[in-house]
Amino acid sequence: MGPVAVERIHVRVEGIVQGVGFRPFVHALATRYDLAGFVGNDTGGVFVEVEGDGDRLAAFVADLSRRAPALAQVERVSTETVAPTGQPGFAIVASVTGAGRDVLISPDTATCPDCLAELSDPTDRRHGYPFTNCTNCGPRFTIVTDVPYDRRATTMAAFPLCAGCAAEYADPGDRRFHAEPVCCPACGPTLRLVTADGYAVPGDPLDVAVRWLRDGRIVAVKGLGGYHLATRADDEPAVAALRSRKRREEKPFAVLAADLPAARALVDVSPEAVPVLTGARRPVVLLPRRPDARVAASVAPDNRDLGVLLPYTPLHHLLAGRLGVPMVLTSGNASDEPIAHRDDDARERLAGIADGFLTHDRRIHVRTDDSVVRLFRGRELPVRRSRGYVPAPLTLPWPFDRPVLACGAELKNTFCLAKGRRAFVSHHVGDLENYETLRAFTDGIAHLSRLFDVRPQVVAHDLHPEYLSTKYALHRDDVDLVGVQHHHAHIASCLADNGEPGPVIGVAFDGLGYGEDGTLWGGELLAADLTGYERVGHLDAVPMPGGAAAVREPWRMAAAYLDEVYGDAVPDLAVARRNERRWPAVVALARSGTNSPRTSSVGRLFDAVSAILGLRDRVTYEGQAAVALEQRARPDERGGYRVDASGPVPLADAGRQLVRCVVDDLRAGVDPGRIAARFHDGLADAVVRAAEAVREATGLTDVALSGGVFQNVLLLDRVVRGLEGEGFRVLVHSRVPPNDGGISLGQAVVAAARHRTDGSG
Amino acid sequence: LAHGAGGKASRTLVEAVFVEAFRNPILETLDDAAVLAVAGGRLAFTTDSYVVSPLFFPGGDIGDLAVNGTVNDLAVSGARPLYLAAGFILEEGFPVADLLRITASMAAAAQRADVRVVTGDTKVVQRGRGDGCYVTTTGVGVLERPVTLGAAHVRPGDAVVVSGPIGDHGVTVMLARGELDIEADISSDTAPLHGLVSALLDAAPGVRLLRDATRGGVATVLNEVARAAGVAVVVDEAAVPVRPAVTGACELLGIDPLYVACEGRFVAVVDGAQAQAAVAALRDHPLGADASVIGHVAADPAGLVLLRTAFGGTRVVDMLVGDPLPRIC
Ligand SMILES: [Fe+3]
Ligand SMILES: [Mg+2]
Ligand SMILES: [Zn+2]
Ligand SMILES: [Zn+2]
Repeated sequence: MGPVAVERIHVRVEGIVQGVGFRPFVHALATRYDLAGFVGNDTGGVFVEVEGDGDRLAAFVADLSRRAPALAQVERVSTETVAPTGQPGFAIVASVTGAGRDVLISPDTATCPDCLAELSDPTDRRHGYPFTNCTNCGPRFTIVTDVPYDRRATTMAAFPLCAGCAAEYADPGDRRFHAEPVCCPACGPTLRLVTADGYAVPGDPLDVAVRWLRDGRIVAVKGLGGYHLATRADDEPAVAALRSRKRREEKPFAVLAADLPAARALVDVSPEAVPVLTGARRPVVLLPRRPDARVAASVAPDNRDLGVLLPYTPLHHLLAGRLGVPMVLTSGNASDEPIAHRDDDARERLAGIADGFLTHDRRIHVRTDDSVVRLFRGRELPVRRSRGYVPAPLTLPWPFDRPVLACGAELKNTFCLAKGRRAFVSHHVGDLENYETLRAFTDGIAHLSRLFDVRPQVVAHDLHPEYLSTKYALHRDDVDLVGVQHHHAHIASCLADNGEPGPVIGVAFDGLGYGEDGTLWGGELLAADLTGYERVGHLDAVPMPGGAAAVREPWRMAAAYLDEVYGDAVPDLAVARRNERRWPAVVALARSGTNSPRTSSVGRLFDAVSAILGLRDRVTYEGQAAVALEQRARPDERGGYRVDASGPVPLADAGRQLVRCVVDDLRAGVDPGRIAARFHDGLADAVVRAAEAVREATGLTDVALSGGVFQNVLLLDRVVRGLEGEGFRVLVHSRVPPNDGGISLGQAVVAAARHRTDGSG
Repeated sequence: LAHGAGGKASRTLVEAVFVEAFRNPILETLDDAAVLAVAGGRLAFTTDSYVVSPLFFPGGDIGDLAVNGTVNDLAVSGARPLYLAAGFILEEGFPVADLLRITASMAAAAQRADVRVVTGDTKVVQRGRGDGCYVTTTGVGVLERPVTLGAAHVRPGDAVVVSGPIGDHGVTVMLARGELDIEADISSDTAPLHGLVSALLDAAPGVRLLRDATRGGVATVLNEVARAAGVAVVVDEAAVPVRPAVTGACELLGIDPLYVACEGRFVAVVDGAQAQAAVAALRDHPLGADASVIGHVAADPAGLVLLRTAFGGTRVVDMLVGDPLPRIC
């Protein structure tokens, strides 16, 4: 070998690279490649200088992103050649603080294998300690109170480090080097068990809590993002008691399984589901329930799927492991309220529900609910994006020229802050009509604006004049306001989710959204890109007799649809007989137009069909009738309805024709499970035919599917297959929910795109 | 122009056009009646136009409304109503019999309210240019007590009282249109309120503010109070008096009684310490039999009306921008 040319480079690493063990990783990497230099943190991320031979430098740089620590998200690595200094050794240097912040805060992360090993190692000083964490795992977003991210700016500030933890914290070779939430039994939070009336229970809190759970009691458990209510999942009286006390009549509960084998005893875990279930983000995953699953009937009534999650904190590992049976783990609230996260508030609100509180003295700064996903073609289809995902940004191919705040929708609200190429979609905030939630919305905007240093110059909002998020936006007078139509926002969020600018044929199917014409939309075909859209097809609007009452009572939509289809000659149907007393009044209400806004919503069409089939006349949670229809559809049914969806307004008559097909089959005595399947197939076919008509007229060949209706995996599957069969390229969601939780991202990218267009034109 | 359902749209219109054009300190209070210092005394002065379809409904007609509505605007400013002027805009072809029926009920209402209709005017517009009959009444009253009522006097800790069950009038009128196949034993609550107001002021000098809950209902009144006074109004859903027949009809119609118009009910904000005395005095009067404390005033969150629901939740009851449209999906 000849003489080696020594080079020196300056490297900048951007992304989620702080609080995730990145500097020790760089230290180890440089040592392995025998490179000299240093590494440090600054307000832009991590900076490195390394000196050595060119090949090894190149390998080092490649490994920076390839072998990065589990929690790191390396967005960009840039290098610059500098003059060699000849200085030997590699050091971790002091952090550089300054103006401007571009550092990302990591989401809360499931306990890593190393910490799990310590947890169960009787010789380890953290054996059985429910708050064990390290740079690779533990609480982050939920405990951060301020920036810059260090222990002082977290709720761990209340726990001074003991000598042992301080040594680990300061040792670059240790897994806990600069792990801000580091702690141990000697210095960290402690667990307590308290009765519903506030008395501390003697004994080991975990032991007693497990005994209580085993006996079928309900225990409120303080987790990462809030309090949960837990009870054993195989105990019908216990689950029924939880339902009645929580006033949650039918909405399915999630079930915590101790580990993967325990999960496999409950649900069919496909190979693609394994990494999602066991990954660092630990969402609730909706999977097909096994027929022999030992789960009480009232955990998920009328549902073939079961929401399962694995433990994500040491506390949950300890609880689930010791209990030995799956437990229901549901958010700690009474129906419709946000999850309780402050101790005093939780005690007040949950005292009537829980028999006791398994709690601790680490404060939760930001409330986050468990995330929920389904799987579609092996990829995640988010239903609720919150704990474990937030606040990781989506990095987009286009810049936000000016900082944007997008205020989102009214239900399932999230907001979005964006600057540079990053969009920070907030945690799930919830339904804004609830005052606590509204406050979480305004406080959340303030908190995240500060954490990410986004001072919005543009505020995007829905067009619905009564959304509290719209009203919030309109109150801000220091910014440019951009109104974005609801379904355009849905399609734009799907485009952003896929990093594509369009144009596409957007299929936006949901419950309700405010249309440009003042009616309520929800069964829309839009020829759309990020800047604008044209409404190229939609279901014909039908009245919603009684407005919101028609959402709560799907039989009213059956009455409205049947009146549209048959007028005075509605065939004799059980749905009308069941609701005989109010049927004529509701039909008259629909015809009069009094408090009966018209809507093109597909969600309402699902409601009508669900009621006609006798599945749901009334709902106790949003989307329940549509869920019932999906769950009821027989998987072995191959048939489907064929309706004409390609008229001058594609889709216009499809709803009425499908209702007619459903009624014909029902009257012919066909099993409702088959009818449900044929309806799904028929609607999917209508979408394909309508898309073909739009393709003919516009030349567009890509289709984006969005809106809450596309949480229906049966429909999604049929639509995607049908479209692909006709040569379309199809975009679906995998990073933000297709439901209104994704609206804020769509609003943000539309606002930015309009500005880019204005600026250049 | 958006439809004047009494919410934010009409409020915005009033502020943008009329207050702008006629700006003066008396108008700017936007109270139900203007209080004028005249020759050593104080007069209350107000005007209102009445448009209702149908013109005749159970419990009343446009004539009763036109008298009682203006009487009530004077009453809630603390005045004793004295004189009315009445203006009619009639559509060509409007039946004389109907007009006679309307004027007869106006006369009866005036007599009941102890006011006199002392001047008036009539115009006839072409067929198709009007809805049969519109009535405008203007009223004058005298303030005989030293009270000053208004949002400026509202304090955290005050009690919020309604003088009777809400929603009767609005629901009656909706059903009277005859398009809905709904039978309900309800009639309009239209009534003159100054007697009831007088009884209240006698019993509870700590009354801060009175508003008649007409268009937009109690919810709109409370929002206006919360904003004008910079306070929160917290309402207890279970305490709001609503007749079962009205509750039933509202459920069927999908409307919230809090937003339904009344024509014989007022909202009072009263010193919290006098709340019970106030309710007792109201209940002693035939028009206040179901008067109730429905909530209280708090410091935070300023400007908002919150409803504590039967299930223990806390819902924001906002002022509607226009007609109610579902926000749920
Ligand atoms: Fe939507
Ligand atoms: Mg008036
Ligand atoms: Zn760890
Ligand atoms: Zn320690």
